[in-house]
Amino acid sequence: MQQEAVLAMLAKEPARAYQLRARLDDALGPLGEGLNAGHVYVTLSRLERAGLVMVEEPGAAPAGSDIKLYSLTPAGQERVFQWLSELNWPKPDLAEFHLKLIAAAAAGLADPVGIVSAQRRELLHRLHDAQQAAMGESADSDASLLLEGVVLRLQADLRWLEACQRTWASRRNDHRKGER
Amino acid sequence: MTNSALVQARSLRKDYGRGDGLVRAVDGVDLDIVSGERVAVMGPSGCGKSTLLHLLGGLDRSSGGELWFHGRRIGQLSERALAEMRRKEVGFVFQTFHLMDELTAQENVELPALLAEVPPRAARRRARDLLERVGLADRAGHLPSALSGGQRQRVAIARALVNEPVLVLADEPTGNLDSAATLDILRIFESLHATGQTLVIVTHDERIGATADRLIYMQDGTFTDETTLVGGTRRSLSTLIELEDSTGE
Repeated sequence: MQQEAVLAMLAKEPARAYQLRARLDDALGPLGEGLNAGHVYVTLSRLERAGLVMVEEPGAAPAGSDIKLYSLTPAGQERVFQWLSELNWPKPDLAEFHLKLIAAAAAGLADPVGIVSAQRRELLHRLHDAQQAAMGESADSDASLLLEGVVLRLQADLRWLEACQRTWASRRNDHRKGER
Repeated sequence: MTNSALVQARSLRKDYGRGDGLVRAVDGVDLDIVSGERVAVMGPSGCGKSTLLHLLGGLDRSSGGELWFHGRRIGQLSERALAEMRRKEVGFVFQTFHLMDELTAQENVELPALLAEVPPRAARRRARDLLERVGLADRAGHLPSALSGGQRQRVAIARALVNEPVLVLADEPTGNLDSAATLDILRIFESLHATGQTLVIVTHDERIGATADRLIYMQDGTFTDETTLVGGTRRSLSTLIELEDSTGE
């Protein structure tokens, strides 16, 4: 997760670390359950060093305290605007798996169909977990929308694996026919 | 057969056509389904999964192999006994709902109970309870045309349950539904599963496949892969997304 996500949560109003943490928990729901409790604190101190956030009335709270009130600096504000207009999007990371199948087949080291099946099982377990979590969320929670995205991505990956399975299975069959 | 298996198939086969045109829609399938299990069957169009479902529910007869259902050999049942079994012991849910357009939601749910000679009052009560269970108590008097696709499918599920079947078979139950309606149907299946209902679902939808206890892949009439999805240790959900700070120092 980007530092900017934490930064942007300060755009509405100054806030304390635990408040940001609570907002993050709401937004992520069960998907945020493994998030390191110190993550927000570490990010805030980094942002502070970078001059993007500042502590209001620094003398009022003891160092490292939970009650420090953070707000955006003008540079932070600028960074948030910039972040909102960026068109970054995670690219599908499929080439590695694709190359794995090709290498396995070329070297005769492993059966690509077996590799695909194992991968498919792994993704099905993930989809199972994500779908169970989605069923547990109320329809209007922020986390349910995120879970829907996770579910749809996994679904797309599974469809690609099905295509891999089909292609490599038929190549294997053609190969066997060729041997006969 | 073992006592725990509700459905047991051995070398089950279904052929269509003959000679050069022979198609083995189901080509030697072995399957055991225990009571309370939720099984999904996935595979490309034409892989035989719907045909398999029809065989399991007695909608169609096999060309070979053996099939036991609830302690009986289906191949040996008369047409009449088979019809009786379909009516009382199996509930069907279809992709296109198959509701009667001129009957209200309540009447659609009641109908199979009345056909199975349940007294009208009891049928009405069951239908009302089931519509409540699928979250449609307030739509009982509506005609299907006044309901959304998801609501129609929920009525169809209530109807499938009205005779308290030992087995519910669903053929692409979310094929015509959007994401939110699909989630509603999944929640209903989840609650059915929790009450011990045995479910077999044929689907293209990985979301449904992944919520089953067991997922079977079918291709060219045979089972090609099987995954058990229950049990095992559940990992933290945060591993499903990228949460780590990639700009870490």
